[in-house]
Amino acid sequence: MKKGRALLFVACVAPLVWLVARALGVAGLGLGANPIEALLRFLGLWGLRLLLATLCITPLSVRLRKPKLMGVRRLLGLFAFTYLGLHFLTWLVLDQWLSASRIVADIAKRPYITVGFTALLMLVPLAVTSTRGWMRRLGRRWHRLHKLVYPAAILGCVHFWWQVKADWREPLAYAVVLAGLLVWRLRRARRATTIPIDPVTMPRFGA
Amino acid sequence: MRPTPPAAPRPSEITPRERYLNRREIIAGVTGASLGLVAGNAAAAERLKYAKNPRLSLSEAPNSYEDITTYNNFYEFGTDKADPSARAGHFRPKPWTVTVAGEAEVTGAFALEDILRPHALEERIYRLRCVEAWSMVIPWVGLPLGDLIKRFKPTSRARYVAFKTVQRPSEMPGQRFPVLDWPYVEGLRIDEAMHPLTILAVGLYGEVLPNQNGAPLRLVVPWKYGFKSIKSIVEIRFTEKQPPTSWSLSAPREYGFYANVNPGVDHPRWSQAEERRIGAGLFTPRQPTLMFNGYAGQVAGLYAGMDLRKNL
Repeated sequence: MKKGRALLFVACVAPLVWLVARALGVAGLGLGANPIEALLRFLGLWGLRLLLATLCITPLSVRLRKPKLMGVRRLLGLFAFTYLGLHFLTWLVLDQWLSASRIVADIAKRPYITVGFTALLMLVPLAVTSTRGWMRRLGRRWHRLHKLVYPAAILGCVHFWWQVKADWREPLAYAVVLAGLLVWRLRRARRATTIPIDPVTMPRFGA
Repeated sequence: MRPTPPAAPRPSEITPRERYLNRREIIAGVTGASLGLVAGNAAAAERLKYAKNPRLSLSEAPNSYEDITTYNNFYEFGTDKADPSARAGHFRPKPWTVTVAGEAEVTGAFALEDILRPHALEERIYRLRCVEAWSMVIPWVGLPLGDLIKRFKPTSRARYVAFKTVQRPSEMPGQRFPVLDWPYVEGLRIDEAMHPLTILAVGLYGEVLPNQNGAPLRLVVPWKYGFKSIKSIVEIRFTEKQPPTSWSLSAPREYGFYANVNPGVDHPRWSQAEERRIGAGLFTPRQPTLMFNGYAGQVAGLYAGMDLRKNL
């Protein structure tokens, strides 16, 4: 498991390393004619991918009957938060030049920025309470808090969709994957609350 | 406090063409064509004979050839900015026929050489402002559209000029999917078409236009958003009624017929008050967008009395 986790860690860092290489112009690589847009797009897309990957773990661990897989969620989730945090920082610093008035105006007036900012805000308490200490402190409330990942992921997809001029295919693909992951959970939740209790076939726990 | 925006890309940021070409050879040698860096226009493009026109050109330094030819919105080749330069290699701009039709005395199908022969080419260094809020300075080589139009003697019923791009999905992979209603169409009011600033471009940096920039013939209307500057033109039609335009058909609430650059009229989803100048690097802020892309002195009169908010 340790080797798997190490590999996963490396896989999560790799895009960032690639991005830094491009930004520094290593080996003739570059960020292209519009480097700020390239940074924003790369960090945003990888953040969303990692967020969706985080949401894949529960269905995978149930399907493959590997409950230990669940432990990987924190790693993926924190990496998603890192990429998205960097995405936001790039926007704040390189695009908006820390101009508070423009930043506030943009968040208020441009719907795609409003939803993006809201999505990131939702992920902040999740990142902060990702430790075991917080899990213990919050108990059952931790699970309820971390359900915020669902609206965050939805808003992330909307943020992507609302920036596209005409080619909906890429944001559609992400939305379809997210929809599948959410539907899986909905079905599971419904099944869990509607098991018919038949006295003859009632499951005997511990049997 | 916001720093003052720069006036233009620094000359030191412009890659000299010779070094750019050399760099591609070096990289191609080291990493091979597998990186797809050797695009269809790797061979030195044909040089054009033209005269400079400083009166109608900017004195701002142009963007690098690399930026101009690798950062393109040309959805016929794909919707990524890098797609046109990567995928336009198989496009064949020769032979090329332009059909002139509609309300004019002289109509028909003409070979491109016959269209261009009587005209002297000029260099025009223009700003190009994309509706996505980025801009470049481009040294086009072309001829005034008005001079071409006069040869076809449009009648008094010709109140608009409509243009159509080639439809060739076998060579333009983006056309295999209906991102837009192909073929791409655009149009101008006749006075906009006749304006001295409006040109048909056949070249760039003194050479024949690369495929990804709209070879072999494209429109450049510098005071309007870039999507009006239709590429790879196969038809010019004089019409009485305002012609349909592709982006306006795709999203009528976001893109209009006039599409004049206007910092005071935002796109419904993003602001148009500022733009990112390509080539300015990572640490330069956006710069303010100019009314009519800085050509207000020459074109504002065309729109006197028009509500520019309603007439998007």
